[in-house]
Amino acid sequence: MLTSSGRAPVVTQPMLVFFAIMFSFPFWADAAGLYHYLGVEIAVFIIYALGYNLLLGYTGLPSFGHGAFLGIGAYSYGLWQFSGYPGVFTGLAVAIVCAAAAAGAAALFLSHRRGIYFALMTIAFGQIFWFLAIKLRWITGGEDGLLNVLRPTLDFGALDISLRSNLTLFYLVAVLLTVLILVLWRLVHSPFGTALQAIRMNEMRARFAGYRVWLIKWTVFTLSGAIAGLAGALLCITQESAYPDVMSLHASGFVVMMTLIGGGFVSFWGPVVGAIVFILARDVLGAATETWLLWYGLLFMAVMLVEPEGVVGAWRKLIAKLRRSSVQPGPAQEPKPAAEGGAA
Amino acid sequence: MTASARQPFFLAEDLHKRFGDRVVLERISLAFEEGVVSGIMGPNGAGKSTCFNLLTGLHKPDRGRIVFDGEDITGLTPEAIARKGISRSFQIMNLFDEFTAIENIMVALPAVRSGLSRLFWDTRGDSALMDEAASVLAQVGLQGREHIRAGDLPYGQRRALEIGVALAARPRIVFLDEPTQGLGADGRAKLADLIKALRLKYTLVIIEHDMSFLFGLARKISVIHWGQVIAEGTPAELMANDWVRASDLGKVA
Repeated sequence: MLTSSGRAPVVTQPMLVFFAIMFSFPFWADAAGLYHYLGVEIAVFIIYALGYNLLLGYTGLPSFGHGAFLGIGAYSYGLWQFSGYPGVFTGLAVAIVCAAAAAGAAALFLSHRRGIYFALMTIAFGQIFWFLAIKLRWITGGEDGLLNVLRPTLDFGALDISLRSNLTLFYLVAVLLTVLILVLWRLVHSPFGTALQAIRMNEMRARFAGYRVWLIKWTVFTLSGAIAGLAGALLCITQESAYPDVMSLHASGFVVMMTLIGGGFVSFWGPVVGAIVFILARDVLGAATETWLLWYGLLFMAVMLVEPEGVVGAWRKLIAKLRRSSVQPGPAQEPKPAAEGGAA
Repeated sequence: MTASARQPFFLAEDLHKRFGDRVVLERISLAFEEGVVSGIMGPNGAGKSTCFNLLTGLHKPDRGRIVFDGEDITGLTPEAIARKGISRSFQIMNLFDEFTAIENIMVALPAVRSGLSRLFWDTRGDSALMDEAASVLAQVGLQGREHIRAGDLPYGQRRALEIGVALAARPRIVFLDEPTQGLGADGRAKLADLIKALRLKYTLVIIEHDMSFLFGLARKISVIHWGQVIAEGTPAELMANDWVRASDLGKVA
């Protein structure tokens, strides 16, 4: 469940496990047949998916045009670098502000909508931004995008760290992701997070409880767009370019699939798992066949048919099963407690 | 009571509402006094719920005005009206199903609503807040059910929780829309006891088509039929009213 009874600690066990895996990744990546660049990509997409899940999983708002804000973040970062300001953090800040501004503008129209009307309007806005990215050639470079966005150097006075190496870039993204996870965990367990979930469950009731639902929806959409902007800027650093493809409807669908396959509706960690599964599948399947998306699509359908709550949902059921059989050892065909059907 | 020159606590004047070319409320005027139970009665389709929806902001009246404690609240949004201390329950169950019973109450507490920017406030770990929510649950007879998901509660308890969510807002007036809907005789009796306990503390307005239920609880009842108030008065006055007796409503079960 996204809702959890009882106190939510600032740092949790799954967090520590995740941070340990992440920060040790460069040391075992080779042995696992992976590489640093892949780690950077996964971390960037986790940022993107975590921000996206504020909308989809927590507030129940399906955005199908979120690639727009990823792209706007990437372009803003690239253009900011081109105009002669090499600072990484100012670049990231500019990307966040630009993506938030675009998302905030779109959300003015979206926040009074819900359900299918909301979804359709996000598609429309996504297409508008995508179209602009292609047509405003003198700004965005059209279909080629911005090329040769050089990887900058982090300037800490005495200590300069070049991001040319994927290893240093990985640790920059990992630190940002750590901060994001800590902040988002607090956010979803604060009254604001409770309000988001209340809106998902019953928007009408939330209004009659005095919540300014449209303002909350506007805020969460803008915030989610800002986080996508951060991810976009990091993607631009990683790929040393920004291009319109990530803004297409088709690419916007990826983050939806990531979030769902991981279990964004049932867990804070759903989008994290989903982004890992997605990028790994792309790499593993992509190495085997050019039509990897076909196979990924079939995998996605299979997971959704068998376990609509995604990987995390399946994991939880497995743990619950193991617990039961260890508490009460006995025949394998132990009857299912009635409570589980209700909790599912 | 107070001076007669004073305006009633809650006043609706000349409300008119049409959907397309269908006039649902022709001309409705209602007044509810502070500290008593008022009732709105009428057959199905008479416009009772539409009337509630106008009073609580879901729809805007085409004509007329609504005044609460001297302030004109006509046309305000539901959230603005809720913030004035006007709370309501719903005829069709309207809970936050995935939240537990106590979370349903918590989310409706004004303190939580006005603490949206407090990132480090862990409401579920705040014992004072949880106590406050638990006391509201106890008021509607749901002690011991705090940590059961609203969607998993039996029907009668969901009904009670529905009222609890309305009370959690620390309301100055509470509108209950057909609270007996779907309840059996036993459930009705329990609900009547609950409302008798609540009327000592709250100003209540209850919509009901079950006449016998309302007659035992309300001090003043307005009968709505064909989009108009056709009769008004105490239960005893209404029993003697020709209009009421002529309609199906006169057949007290």
